[in-house]
Amino acid sequence: MNEAYRKKRSKFGEVVRRLKKNKAAVFSVFVLIIIVLVGIFADYLAPYPYDQQNYSLSFAKPSPEHWLGCDQLGRDILSRLIYATRQSLQLGILATAIAGILGITLGCIAGYYGGWVDMVIMRFLDIYQSIPMFLLCVTLAAVMGPSLRNAVLAIGISTVPLPARLMRASILTVRNQEFIEAARMCNASNRRIILKHIIPNAIAPVIVSITMTVGMNILAGASLSYIGLGAQPPIPEWGTMVADARNIMRDHAILALYPGLCIMITVLACNLLGDGLRDALDPRLKN
Amino acid sequence: MLRFIGKRLLMMIPIMLGIILVVQIFITITPGDPVRLMSGDLLSEEEMEELRVQLGLRDPFFVRYVNYIKNILRGDFGTSYRTHRPVLTEIMSRFPYSLLLVSVSLALALAIGIPIGIYAATHQYSWKDNLSIIAALFCVSMPSFWFALMLIQLFAVKLRIFPPSGVDRWIGWVLPSVTLALEYCATIARQTRSNMLEVIRQDYITTARAKGLAERKVRYRHALKNAIIPVIMIVGQIFGRALGGSMIFEVIFSIPGLGAYTISALQNRDYPVIMSSVLILSTLFAVVLLIVDVIFALVDPRIRSQYIGKNKRKKPPVTQQPLKPLESVEGGNAS
Amino acid sequence: MPDNVLEIRDLVVEYHTDDAHIYAVNGVSLNVKKGETIGLVGETGAGKTTIAKSILRILQSPPAKICSGSIMFDGADLMKLSEKEMQHIRGNKIAMIFQDPMTALNPIETVGFQIEEAIRLHNKISRVEAVRRACEMLEMVGIPAERYKEYPHQFSGGMKQRVVIAMALACKPMLLLADEPTTALDVTIQAQVLEMMNDLKTKLNTSVILITHDLGVVANMCDSVAVVYAGEIVEYGTAEDIFDRTAHPYTVGLFNSLPRLNTTERRLKPIKGLMLDPTIKPPGCRFSDRCPEATEKCCKQPPPDVEVSPGHIVKCWLRGGSN
Repeated sequence: MNEAYRKKRSKFGEVVRRLKKNKAAVFSVFVLIIIVLVGIFADYLAPYPYDQQNYSLSFAKPSPEHWLGCDQLGRDILSRLIYATRQSLQLGILATAIAGILGITLGCIAGYYGGWVDMVIMRFLDIYQSIPMFLLCVTLAAVMGPSLRNAVLAIGISTVPLPARLMRASILTVRNQEFIEAARMCNASNRRIILKHIIPNAIAPVIVSITMTVGMNILAGASLSYIGLGAQPPIPEWGTMVADARNIMRDHAILALYPGLCIMITVLACNLLGDGLRDALDPRLKN
Repeated sequence: MLRFIGKRLLMMIPIMLGIILVVQIFITITPGDPVRLMSGDLLSEEEMEELRVQLGLRDPFFVRYVNYIKNILRGDFGTSYRTHRPVLTEIMSRFPYSLLLVSVSLALALAIGIPIGIYAATHQYSWKDNLSIIAALFCVSMPSFWFALMLIQLFAVKLRIFPPSGVDRWIGWVLPSVTLALEYCATIARQTRSNMLEVIRQDYITTARAKGLAERKVRYRHALKNAIIPVIMIVGQIFGRALGGSMIFEVIFSIPGLGAYTISALQNRDYPVIMSSVLILSTLFAVVLLIVDVIFALVDPRIRSQYIGKNKRKKPPVTQQPLKPLESVEGGNAS
Repeated sequence: MPDNVLEIRDLVVEYHTDDAHIYAVNGVSLNVKKGETIGLVGETGAGKTTIAKSILRILQSPPAKICSGSIMFDGADLMKLSEKEMQHIRGNKIAMIFQDPMTALNPIETVGFQIEEAIRLHNKISRVEAVRRACEMLEMVGIPAERYKEYPHQFSGGMKQRVVIAMALACKPMLLLADEPTTALDVTIQAQVLEMMNDLKTKLNTSVILITHDLGVVANMCDSVAVVYAGEIVEYGTAEDIFDRTAHPYTVGLFNSLPRLNTTERRLKPIKGLMLDPTIKPPGCRFSDRCPEATEKCCKQPPPDVEVSPGHIVKCWLRGGSN
């Protein structure tokens, strides 16, 4: 009993060790931690409130008081970027959480119980996935009314099929493997089999997918905000900041550059981390 | 094969019914009154109510559902609340633009992505390979609308090579299709690269070398043909992503396509347009997926023999199945 | 005295990876006479496949590296030929068949095409003629020519291996390298395929290097045998020499570990320990850590090749070697 426990711990340790070797992934973890901290402590970090307008400072160049300068309404860009971190991260993380919980549950049920339960769920997912994802997202968000909360729900709901199918496929694969038969032969109960054997083995690809999905949803959230369906003014979000800059792009393109870069760095970090996790969880796939 | 196609077409019907149901549910349970939006202060309360009854907005849920379906079967997709013109004409006049944008982008993505993937795979471990991986990651992590704006700024405003918007001339199509293609190009390149890497390690490649084939021939005749097959599998999914992603591009580049039309219909609560747009775009997606599956079945002899010919056999064992795609393909921008 | 078709001299091959430096082949010398079948026997990891692939120079070039040695074939040193010249030899003068028939054929080309490709590669003939010859080869291995246009997945394992053999012999090579050709097959199919190989070999007068770990196959098929251990040939001789006058302690151990039907044994007798870690270059005999007869000299100095009887060579201090 103790040996089995020790082995499980060392498997996790193995994964962490492989992950540590991947410099890009480690770097991404740091970047993401910093971004999340910025989001949480935005109130303390931002030098100015995000909606403090000052027309005399309109389009001000970067200066010691305003490190990145000001936008067309004289608002400090750096502060707005910092506050926007919170909104964009919420869109990404919360939406993924919703999709993840709903999706994983659906996938588990379909995968483990099989039979007509599986069939019904799969048909349901088929209909779901027949609508191009962003189209569904926009439709839900618009129909529910423009707000951050609705955007989170919309993105979350439209992303459910991905983890659901992945989890189901994973469970189906693991379920048929011989070590499950072996566990059954040792008279293990169903619940024990699910918890101790199936889920730890099946969860790996889903974890990778979820990490990438966070990045994907941040992008979707920014896209929704760009067309006005996500975060509402005056609360800044990276997508809305790009939208704000759209009309003055000709002369002040840099106002659109900063928020776009922020999005890109965050999503890049998510993707690098996801790649790293995938290599760490199954090194055979790497070479 | 025809049976396969027939079965798939038949399966599309319940799916379409399901889509109509789902969209109608969402329209019903969320707030927003199109009549008020349309008429504003022009009509009195009774007149607005009369209008609602006339438009069928007061009918019970299933009556509306069945009526909509009955109308579609007659070819009547409803009348736009905003423009009062038949929805079908509006949609059909815009549909070609969307289709063209997505098709050109996809073609570009394949034409550029596949060679890059092959190049990266055959130069593995070199700086060219690493560069392509990094570039692909960047492309996939960028917000597409932002990138489009940046490119407009650079090429249209500063350099004045392309027009910033409008597709009346062919040159106006370059910027939108290239920008839209970029992200999918990266996905296709990554997929091709990883497939090539996997295929190159297979025994039959060593056999080909041992036969005395020049390395070039080994690569293109044997390796590439095998590696491309899973890429075909994902083209359908990418088409769906591109359909979704193109919506924003139509807005940015002022392309009079179905996506932009749908977005404005959503903002105006133009129910018939919303319903029909979603239905038509989803049907297009389903048809493309079917076409891709048929091509895939024709191209891969292992799958082909399951469907046509007198030697119909069971599925070949797992070791001989075609490669599975790299990762869940749905991901990235606006899709 | 029959000519030697192939002469390998002091072949040294190493694998260089990020983690390790692997000494795969350590000074192997071997002659293959015309028309003979020579067996390369040894455990997994002994280096047999590496030797074979080095002859054709189809090792993955990083990480593998042929460090030194010469391989004389048809009047030329294969190590010194250009890639283009090697391509002319591969599949044409020297052919190779691999272990796993399930994955050795390109799944999306027809079986006939793959044979035809080999023929057309090395013969300037018309397509029609190539197809005809390919059909002939198919018939020779016992596959009806009508199945020319079928795909690999439509054949069973044994038939796939026949196709592979047909492909290899299509250009009537002088030398065939067979890497465990029947290991992945059922025993009954094994017998069929081996018999067919023997037939063809006699008909075409091809020399064969047969790599295997199965001593039964060796007994059936081979004229000479070379026993490979840790990248070296530790014993070489005719089949009778190896089976009846076994000399090297490793070979003795191999034979002892075979279960026998005609005696009563209570336990099997494996060779103690594991094969040498290939990343280590020991100062003495590579088998010394497992050899029941090892002396101190064995562990300190690499043993010489000793000819214990005409044509029977053993790499050991304890078999008549001088100090």
